[in-house]
Amino acid sequence: MEKVLLRNIDIPDSHTLGVYQSRGGYSALAKVIQSMKPEGLIEEIKTSGLRGRGGAGFPTGMKWGFVPKDNPKPKYLVCNADESEPGTFKDRLLIEKDPHAIIEGTLIAAYAIQSHLAFIYIRGELAFGAQLLEDAVAEATRAGYIGKNIFASGYDLDLIVHRGAGAYICGEETALLSSLEGGRGWPKVKPPFPATHGLFGCPTVVNNVETLAALPWIIERGAAAYSAMGTEKSKGTKLFSVSGHIRNPGVYELEMGYPFRKFLEEDCGGVPDGRKLKGVIPGGASMPVLRDDEIDKVNLDYESVQAAGSLLGSGGVIVMDDTTCMVRAAWNIARFYAHESCGQCSPCREGCHWMEKIFHRIELGQGESGDLDLILNVSANIMGNTICPFGDAAAMPAAAFIRKYRDEFEQHIAEKRCTVPN
Amino acid sequence: MALEFSPETFRKFEETVARYPKKEAAMLPVLYLAQREFGCLNAEAIAYVAKLMDQSPARVYGVVSFYTMLNMKPIGRHHIQVCRTLPCALRGAATITGFVKKSLGIEIGQTTPDGTFTLSEVECLASCGTAPMMQINDEYFENLTQERVAEILEQLK
Repeated sequence: MEKVLLRNIDIPDSHTLGVYQSRGGYSALAKVIQSMKPEGLIEEIKTSGLRGRGGAGFPTGMKWGFVPKDNPKPKYLVCNADESEPGTFKDRLLIEKDPHAIIEGTLIAAYAIQSHLAFIYIRGELAFGAQLLEDAVAEATRAGYIGKNIFASGYDLDLIVHRGAGAYICGEETALLSSLEGGRGWPKVKPPFPATHGLFGCPTVVNNVETLAALPWIIERGAAAYSAMGTEKSKGTKLFSVSGHIRNPGVYELEMGYPFRKFLEEDCGGVPDGRKLKGVIPGGASMPVLRDDEIDKVNLDYESVQAAGSLLGSGGVIVMDDTTCMVRAAWNIARFYAHESCGQCSPCREGCHWMEKIFHRIELGQGESGDLDLILNVSANIMGNTICPFGDAAAMPAAAFIRKYRDEFEQHIAEKRCTVPN
Repeated sequence: MALEFSPETFRKFEETVARYPKKEAAMLPVLYLAQREFGCLNAEAIAYVAKLMDQSPARVYGVVSFYTMLNMKPIGRHHIQVCRTLPCALRGAATITGFVKKSLGIEIGQTTPDGTFTLSEVECLASCGTAPMMQINDEYFENLTQERVAEILEQLK
């Protein structure tokens, strides 16, 4: 498989303009600005089948197409570098090792929607990454790729690197925009969507780092080359972040549709220390856990994981062996969501803390009969009743852990302690 | 004496605000300038930033209280933030936190009496492949063992 996203990261000084240019960098931007019209560019990306890589998997070209062309307001393009989904660290790798690919992709996307001001919103904790991006933006500006009259085309485009300050919710696009407007990271009701009413009410597109980093390759090699890879509904390649009880953790680039079991056992080295696989979360902490006996029919693409009852999400693969107490794991994730809830809507604000408290009581040996059904009830009442998908992201894993490991939960409650041998 | 930016920081403030389509969008970068200059974003700092940004102190307080990296109270010279979310927990984060607590003699949320270290537990830092790990101020320390942590703390004392 030819690498699209990780093609530069092993080259020394890959983060510098010199190295990036020596490997063909910014030739895609030149092609776009000098010889493509925005409509043609949007069509090309639609044809490629590229889907958003932040977690939602929405077709990228289609999203760009929603921006109204005759609207007199300024358009904004925002690169979502707020990577905070537990188990996910692929964007950070791209930021640190290939910042120019992200910048070039951001500029290409900005051109597609005729934006003259783009932002890279990067989570505050990635201070090193933000500095690398600032340095790369300075290099690109000096080289004339950012600023006025790019490639003597008359097209102006500025790019601001904007640091967040610690809030998982700011990875949700409308919360990100609230934050970028200078406020608390509060999501907004959709519709209207950012494409028509985004930053300061202007047409805005928010794209994930990985989505944007794929654009230079797609422009250089053509949409057909990208869509030749992957499956019918999941084109191209995707980055998977692997962590937990696994021999070879790290970021892997795979063609969509790669078999999950093969990936874990062969590429990632399997579960170490003679232990057995007990469960694995395929797409970041928001997504339902899969038991060992469920993954043989799963391929790593959107449709296959969905058919198995989970979601590909961010591709954050969290591996748990048979020493793992699933009550404790479920509590850990519930605690994450309780902490990160923005507090706007009652089902999430109250429900997340409620679920965390119940999981914690169970974990401590103070579980009561009725607790599990109560969590399932709370979860069901959060799902679909919130301003943004955060509520669903908290509700799904809580219900999934109980559904998949009910016996263990009931035993933990009955015996007032963890019964997993470790 | 009233809290205010040094001339150099004020210049940075003006340059920053000028780049954004609306002044209010520069709230976070300006708060970072203020936090660096004043040490923390207490009521006085918040009132000053509010004036600079043409916002109410209540709005600025709303922003400061929302984000984990904005501190309303002073913290130690080195802010140790150990990740506690699932992938790190699976790889021994609790042991690391326990070791730091014991080494420094403080609980989570506390600062050593000499003001050198503050200890916090934080959520996922996008470093799951090199777990367990911690962030100290702006730097990540990954693939931690108790030995490595001891070395790091020693160097920072």
